[in-house]
Amino acid sequence: MSKLKLATVWLDGCSGCHMSFLDMDERLIALAELVDVVYSPIVDTKVFPDEVDIALVEGAVASVDDEKKIKKIRAHSKLLVAMGDCAVAGNVPSMRNPIGPEAILDRAYIENADVQRQIPCVVVPKLLRVVRPIHEFVKVDVFLPGCPPSADTFHAALTALVTGEPLDVPALTRFGA
Amino acid sequence: MSTSVDVKTLLIDGQEVSARSGQTILEVAKENDIYIPTLCHLDGLSDVGACRLCVVEIKGNNKLFPACVTSVFEGMEVTTVTERLQKHRLTILEMLFAERNHICSVCVANGHCELQTLGQEQGLTHVRLPYRNPELPVDASHERFTLDHNRCIMCTRCVRVCAEIEGAHVWDVMGRGIDSMIISDLHEEWGKSSCTRCGKCVQVCPTGALFDKSKIGSDHPKYPDFLPNLNLMREAQ
Repeated sequence: MSKLKLATVWLDGCSGCHMSFLDMDERLIALAELVDVVYSPIVDTKVFPDEVDIALVEGAVASVDDEKKIKKIRAHSKLLVAMGDCAVAGNVPSMRNPIGPEAILDRAYIENADVQRQIPCVVVPKLLRVVRPIHEFVKVDVFLPGCPPSADTFHAALTALVTGEPLDVPALTRFGA
Repeated sequence: MSTSVDVKTLLIDGQEVSARSGQTILEVAKENDIYIPTLCHLDGLSDVGACRLCVVEIKGNNKLFPACVTSVFEGMEVTTVTERLQKHRLTILEMLFAERNHICSVCVANGHCELQTLGQEQGLTHVRLPYRNPELPVDASHERFTLDHNRCIMCTRCVRVCAEIEGAHVWDVMGRGIDSMIISDLHEEWGKSSCTRCGKCVQVCPTGALFDKSKIGSDHPKYPDFLPNLNLMREAQ
């Protein structure tokens, strides 16, 4: 059996989901027998590959760049997994939604800055007005809530997805878990 | 024995049960260990049918009935689990999550929240409705407790416990529909209200909307079980 191609992506999140993924520890070795990690913050590939079997997406969609990325990921992935509360529900990044991006940028780069008071406008992508979960942009196949989902949740879910066994997500995790 | 009890016989999920006249479907189901999910209901308080999670089907009627405020009748046939009911319960939970700002991971009630637990129990993994993200105030004017409107689901347990059990009636509801808000006295700061500082509202609040300031993180279990006991003791007096 040829190995499945696994990608992991980091949008607007804290990387905690990736940390929890790595917390699978020695079980990662067994997982590596089944999948090739073809794209991830923890490997060196710079461009999202054309054909991915399973894409795990951490983080909400908060900028024009995130929006572009999630659409590309969807177009090139057979199975898209929303990994963690930010991807599933917006979570902490979405806490700015009631007050808007200007207020947040102002607080970070003007009010609380000691020197060089200016809001970045080049290179960094423009923020969207509201931060939204990824399923409001593209079709999501599997939702794995949790902040972050535990290593055991990752292991059980990935094992089920790779082997095609049934996956009972609410039995594993919940919002805020 | 001259006192006659008016006994009704009915079916709940195919199980034959007997009830006293005037009992609600929910009361009878509980007595017979038949589980119906609830959220605004709390043993020891009056029922208002606010959340609609306890909806059931009654044979011969196409409507859905909230079990907490529907009285039993002779020959009633109740079903508590159907695909249609599951669909409605899930949608209700999704609407509650989408209506205000429920950020479980940073909520003081994380791990002790009835909304969160019900979501998991009913198989909720994501909310299909767009989040409303309203801008809502937090009233931290009280020296011991905080009211965070972002987490409030308008179950009105606090209103009922304050009026019915504490007898203070500090809490009430202002506004209509989606703009409804819990207010203290005539919409004054909680800290300046006629609050007796008993804390019953905090203990019965199912989410992180009302919390004790001395609690941090997710270390805030609530103990609403005091209510039936308190009522029993009062009745005995």
